[in-house]
Amino acid sequence: MTGKKLAQRNYYGKALAELAKENPNVVVMDADLAGSTKTSDFQKVCPERFIEVGIAEQNMIGIASGLAASGKTVFASTFGVFATGRCWEQIRLGVAYPKLNVKIVATHCGISVGEDGASHQALEDIAVMRALPNMTVIAPADAYEAFAATKAIAEFNGPVYMRMGRAEFPTILEEGVKFEIGKAKVLREGKDVTIVGCGQMVCSCLEAAEKLKENGIDAEVINMSTIKPLDSEAIITSVRKTGCCVTAEEHSIIGGLGSAVAECLSENVCVPLERVGTRDTFGESGKPDDLMVKYGLTADDICAAVRKSISRKG
Amino acid sequence: MSDYTVAELENIANKLRLHVIEMTYAANSGHPGGSMSAADMMSALYFSFLKHDPKNPQWEDRDRFVLSKGHVAPVLYAALAESGYFPVEDLISLRKIGSKLQGHPVRGKVPGVEMSTGSLGQGLSMACGIAMAGKMDGKNYKTVCMLGDGEMQEGQNWEAAMFARQNGLNNLIAIVDRNRLQITGDTEAAVGLEPLPEKWKACGWNVIIIDGHNMRQILEALERASRSSNVRPSVIIMKTIKGKGVSFMENNAGFHGRACTAEEYPKAVAELKELIQ
Repeated sequence: MTGKKLAQRNYYGKALAELAKENPNVVVMDADLAGSTKTSDFQKVCPERFIEVGIAEQNMIGIASGLAASGKTVFASTFGVFATGRCWEQIRLGVAYPKLNVKIVATHCGISVGEDGASHQALEDIAVMRALPNMTVIAPADAYEAFAATKAIAEFNGPVYMRMGRAEFPTILEEGVKFEIGKAKVLREGKDVTIVGCGQMVCSCLEAAEKLKENGIDAEVINMSTIKPLDSEAIITSVRKTGCCVTAEEHSIIGGLGSAVAECLSENVCVPLERVGTRDTFGESGKPDDLMVKYGLTADDICAAVRKSISRKG
Repeated sequence: MSDYTVAELENIANKLRLHVIEMTYAANSGHPGGSMSAADMMSALYFSFLKHDPKNPQWEDRDRFVLSKGHVAPVLYAALAESGYFPVEDLISLRKIGSKLQGHPVRGKVPGVEMSTGSLGQGLSMACGIAMAGKMDGKNYKTVCMLGDGEMQEGQNWEAAMFARQNGLNNLIAIVDRNRLQITGDTEAAVGLEPLPEKWKACGWNVIIIDGHNMRQILEALERASRSSNVRPSVIIMKTIKGKGVSFMENNAGFHGRACTAEEYPKAVAELKELIQ
């Protein structure tokens, strides 16, 4: 079912290196973390269109705004906490409000950042980016989708926030997969429950679906790699069939994918919803896998949420 | 570039001030104080220094102007209208619902407004981005960014100042409107900025200090800044008077963010009309 373990950021770097040749308008920026975010792959092949701003995220976004206003397609990268938190208002005024062509691409999102601890584990980034008008929010499911999404957002004219993890994790899609902004994909059809996941949790959703099958539960799994604009149609169609829903994200249940799906369901179709995600808490240092267990972000946690959701069906 | 004389540019500056008083009075809000301290420089920029074409705001070789102290939008709008970007009659719609003339400048809403500003401390970074794009594209345009002095308390300015020097942005000119007053009063009593020239010098910039109400000095400073023979960006620190042009508004922090009252308004208008030829 799953492929080899790959880090999304490596495929982000690969895509950027290709964009260096394909698109003369692309400019890439980083705030002293190019080696980690892999924007260094672009820097190697296209140093003249790579901008190092030093440890100054607010300035990075302001410069990105000016570059985009001058016709550039700007990719600005750093870790998720810094990319969205340190410069949120710069993004609001300089990128979202004037609808400029800036792609804020963050790596090291989620608790699986691991040993660095809570200061470096972005668990609120989707929430704060989703709240901004004009902002598109994307969390690709694996490395291959991260590659395709990078290419897709380079073609899209407007502000985008894209989040990725740090760690290597199993691929679930095929290499060369196509990516369409705002389009959810049903990865597995089922009739008993709809599981909607984003980012590396999609892999856990598929794992959960396999486990549930052994217990006679037939789960539908949707990869919601675009969180905003949300593909409401895909959710509504699925839950009309299954009658209940579970979301899974490596992010707080406050303001993230779970909230987006809750908003969609409450306005459209009333079915039970359970959300898997961090529960109003900061993370801590530890091994990624141990943290995923401690903070309730595993396939088993999804299975438990599914059982609860099914039990609440009218 | 134009052929306006010094006297004509001074006269335009006072016209801009009169617009500011009328616009903010009609809106019963807005920021006249800092608009008036900046008026002479705005006249010099839009009627002499900047290469721009009001009939073609998107001309790709135009010089760019970023108003980092976005709250003085009234004087920017007045300069744009007087230049011919939009009808002068529109000025009176400032801050009214549905108007393109928002309380703070918005890119895309008003022809001639390059960037959205208003939250302080961000314009210089944006100007760095524009200047950087100019370098990348081999363009000769200048990018000019006007900053408030109180705004220099925002740390992002210094990130941008270091970046500009690091990247040799000698196509970038910063202007600091040093009127010494922020909302709460004296900048030095809030969080002191001095020695301000030394701070810019330490960041590697050419520093030019002038009287911001002396048109000859303003024009000369802009020329010097634009002919920078080295890789350094230039900053013009212009000493100004907040509320300049109306006696009871001068050096009065109260007029940072309020319009004239019905009683004050005719006096302010009369004083400015006295100055206009």
